[in-house]
Amino acid sequence: MASIENAAEPDAWFKVERGVFTAGGRWTIAQSARLDQQLRGLETGSNEAIAMDASGIERLDSTGAWLLLRTRRALESAGRTVSALKVPERYTSLLENLDRNDPTRHAHPRGPRMSPWRYRLYRIGKATMHAGHQGWGILGYLGRVTVETGEMIASPRKNLRFAAMVNQIEETGISALPIVGLLSFLIGVVIAYQSIEQLRKFNAEFLTIDGLGIITLREMGVLMTSIIVAGRSGSAFTAQIGTMRVNQEIDAMQTMGLNTVDTLVLPRIIGLVISLTVLTLYADVMGLIGGGLMCYFNLGITIPAFLRELQHAVSLNTLMVGLIKAPVFAFVIALVGCYEGFQVERNAASVGQLTTRSVVESVFLVIVLDAAFSIMFSVLGI
Amino acid sequence: MMATEKSKDSPDKKDVIIRIRGLVNGFGHKIIHDHLDLDVYRGEVLGVVGGSGSGKSVLLRTIIGLNAPREGTIEVFGKRTGFAEGSRMRKLEMRWGILFQEGALFSSQTIAENIQVPLREYTSMSQELMDEIAAMKIALVGLPPDAGQKYPSELSGGMKKRAGLARALALDPELLFLDEPTSGLDPISADQFDKLIAELQKSLGLTVFMVTHDLDSLSAITDRIAVLVDKKITTGTIDELRKNTTPWIQEYFSGPRGHAALAGSH
Repeated sequence: MASIENAAEPDAWFKVERGVFTAGGRWTIAQSARLDQQLRGLETGSNEAIAMDASGIERLDSTGAWLLLRTRRALESAGRTVSALKVPERYTSLLENLDRNDPTRHAHPRGPRMSPWRYRLYRIGKATMHAGHQGWGILGYLGRVTVETGEMIASPRKNLRFAAMVNQIEETGISALPIVGLLSFLIGVVIAYQSIEQLRKFNAEFLTIDGLGIITLREMGVLMTSIIVAGRSGSAFTAQIGTMRVNQEIDAMQTMGLNTVDTLVLPRIIGLVISLTVLTLYADVMGLIGGGLMCYFNLGITIPAFLRELQHAVSLNTLMVGLIKAPVFAFVIALVGCYEGFQVERNAASVGQLTTRSVVESVFLVIVLDAAFSIMFSVLGI
Repeated sequence: MMATEKSKDSPDKKDVIIRIRGLVNGFGHKIIHDHLDLDVYRGEVLGVVGGSGSGKSVLLRTIIGLNAPREGTIEVFGKRTGFAEGSRMRKLEMRWGILFQEGALFSSQTIAENIQVPLREYTSMSQELMDEIAAMKIALVGLPPDAGQKYPSELSGGMKKRAGLARALALDPELLFLDEPTSGLDPISADQFDKLIAELQKSLGLTVFMVTHDLDSLSAITDRIAVLVDKKITTGTIDELRKNTTPWIQEYFSGPRGHAALAGSH
């Protein structure tokens, strides 16, 4: 590793003899680490007067000058009277400048440190408060968006930005087709393969199709799609809106009287609700195709036979149970994504932090809501 | 090294710190610098001015090695920059400090930590000494003591520049580059910043290379001015440049703003 200390010979020195502190050589930053250690070991000794003579110093920079001043202060606080600190003529202004600005002179003492346990407690409390504020904030935002949506439905002509919405459908829906399709297909393959292996033990391989159909339509299709979309589009919402905040574009819009919910949030929410619902249906189909292919290759079930068995196993209700969740998940993902975007502060690190938070929160909420749906459906007996 | 030390005591003997010869810079077909020559002497404050797009910042970036020139040589402390490989460049970097336009402070670190970055990298100081040095530099640039614990986003524009200056001075450099140090400051803060730079330059014995638009700082603290005009550079003191007949230079120093700034200084 490069070091400023290699550059110079260790030639700075000091000694204390007969009541005189003498220093010489190059008192520069290159020597400072060594000088610092030696000076800390300096005996403050008796309380007789001491003179400081640094007029033999060849070169002095602000770090070296600081060390001299600090030494003088240490001697003084040990009860010794220090007569003039002599330095070469050309360095007097540097020394005076530093002395005038001595930070320790008006330093405020640091508060006592917290004990580790208290600190932990403090952190837990702080995080709890933060989570509370966060939840409260999103709830407030939900209220605002609901009101604005109501106004939009009342007069859609005026408030709906149709072009922006279509643009969002393209970005969040059509561009996501390849990745959602591929992953759903693979998940279908995996589910079918695992089911076949397990059910074979009971000679009930044909039940694979039932399992595949129900899992894919009720849970996997919508859940996989939502998680992919949260990572893809939720984060994009936060980053887009956040960057606009950093550039003061949001401020500009507000001063022009443009409503940010109408122009930025509603097109994203409505666009994502439409995209995610359609993507879920598409993911269901791709998952069934993947599982179906697995059944064909592993069990030799032909496609007409597969479809017949599937028809027995699932009903329209099974599909609807999955599909009905999609708009709710889409709403949550878009809401969290936009909300966090508006929380961005005007610095570079903030966009990254909030984008991460937006993805974590929306995936968390999607899974929690999915569990809530399961409980609700089982109570309703669907 | 020894030779440069000696000449410091006799200021009339001119000792070149930055030597630029035949520098050519350009982007695509556009030539920005056409065979520039420039010398910067030890202990002086050189102001670099020029119209927007005349390549002031490009010149600065080329000297500090952020931009590779098409042609020409640049020597700093007698060593070629730009093409200098890793460790040799690092040795130069330890001897200069740079204040970027917006301060360029690391936003995830406090001001004190920002100042300690170069100390941690290049010295073996104890944490205690680094804390002391950081506090000393913070006081030196005129920031209040509690600024050290703050993050850059909590500081105003003027304070960010002071903090950036404190970081630039962390390794006690001999050469200081300033990129528009007073832009975006109100006239009073700009004035204070000029005074601060002049004071530090004197007491720390710095050589200062300053890109600026600010006529007031030019007249207040520079020894010489380098004007970038028509892809070439013209240097001289203010009085010399006022006699120059190049239209842009005439207009710059004799326009209403130029008059006001220069009148104030005399």
